[in-house]
Amino acid sequence: MTAVAVRDLDLDLDAFEGPFDLLLTLVLKDELELGDVEVASVVAAFVERFAERDAADLEACGEFLVLIAALLELKARALFPDEENSPFEELDPEEAAGELAERLALYRRFKAAAEWLEDRLAAESDRYFRLGPAPLQPVVERPLPPQDPAALAAALRALAAEPPEPSLRHLALQFPPVSVFLERFRAVLRRRPRFVFDHEVRSLSRVEQAVAFLALLELRKGGEVKLGQAAPFEPITVWNAA
Amino acid sequence: MERGMSLRLVENPVDRLARTIEALLVIAPGPLSVDELAAAAEDDAERVETALGLLASRYREGRSGIVLEHVASGYAFRAAREAAEACARLVERPVQRGLSQAALETLAIVVYLGPVSRPEIARIRGVAADSAVAGLVERGLIAEAGREQDGGAVRYRTTPLFERVFGLSSLSELPRLDDLAADSAELRARLEEVAGRRGA
Repeated sequence: MTAVAVRDLDLDLDAFEGPFDLLLTLVLKDELELGDVEVASVVAAFVERFAERDAADLEACGEFLVLIAALLELKARALFPDEENSPFEELDPEEAAGELAERLALYRRFKAAAEWLEDRLAAESDRYFRLGPAPLQPVVERPLPPQDPAALAAALRALAAEPPEPSLRHLALQFPPVSVFLERFRAVLRRRPRFVFDHEVRSLSRVEQAVAFLALLELRKGGEVKLGQAAPFEPITVWNAA
Repeated sequence: MERGMSLRLVENPVDRLARTIEALLVIAPGPLSVDELAAAAEDDAERVETALGLLASRYREGRSGIVLEHVASGYAFRAAREAAEACARLVERPVQRGLSQAALETLAIVVYLGPVSRPEIARIRGVAADSAVAGLVERGLIAEAGREQDGGAVRYRTTPLFERVFGLSSLSELPRLDDLAADSAELRARLEEVAGRRGA
């Protein structure tokens, strides 16, 4: 129906009068000089015909576009007679026309085949069959051993129990009292007149060393001891203030 | 009693094979060829064909709701045509539904030229075939069938499902492409005749 509409498109041009398909045939048979055909008028005729219709016929548009493009290509070839400068040097116009005719004929055949398929599908529309999935290898099922409901209950009960309060013991710092070191340093100074602080605390932890240092400052503050250090970060020497 | 026993003893062995084939066709997801049936039934192909003949007379339009058909180079059960309306109320047919003109043309090219690549289809139709091909693959009507030489474009051919959907016993049932073009060749000849008269 639509194809007929395009083929039957009536043209009234200076060089040609008749249906579009006849124009195409004459061109393909080299009986009409394509240079004399005003392609724009063909397009105008189609557009006018197209505008008369209620619904847009896309298929007719498509077919028309293909045909008019083919015509334009042929015309462009005809306008470049100088083969050396021709952008279409791979084909001469005769070959191009031949190829076009062949291509149109081939396309028409497949279009007819598509119509045949469409009719066939319509004729077979009352055939129903089951579409099963491709047979798969049976899925390996791993059966569970016999289960005891009581075991499940016990497992759930264990999960539901309140968890024990986490211990924070490891987070608390253990500070020995400063007094321990006050007594210790006083005892050392009773035994010998002076001692080196660094040597005394060498075996202690960092926290204990810090507390020991506080005790030392405490003794110095009370005026019990005097402190000496050759330079910053050098060993600290402690001796009796008396 | 004795009579019944003797009847059972002389049961036609083809009947038994027919029952086996019936069972195989019921569980098969698609048409089964005679060879496939013979292999599964552990019987010879000739006897399988005889049994299929028996089943075909039993499962036919007008006699049974299930019909045995020779389709896609094999045998399969389908619903009787008289039950089509009821079937339509029960199931959808996504494969067949809404095939566009572009899809049908692409399908026609794959049917006749397959294995064929997308660029070849595009060359014949004059427009890109990508979405039409993808749609047909999704419906299961065509499938990939290797590549062109030297790792070129993927080629496509029709599937057994295509034959089943279109009710073809095999692709040889399709009309010849030249026959299909007969009317256009005739039209062309007529036009050329007219053109000749005009030229004269």
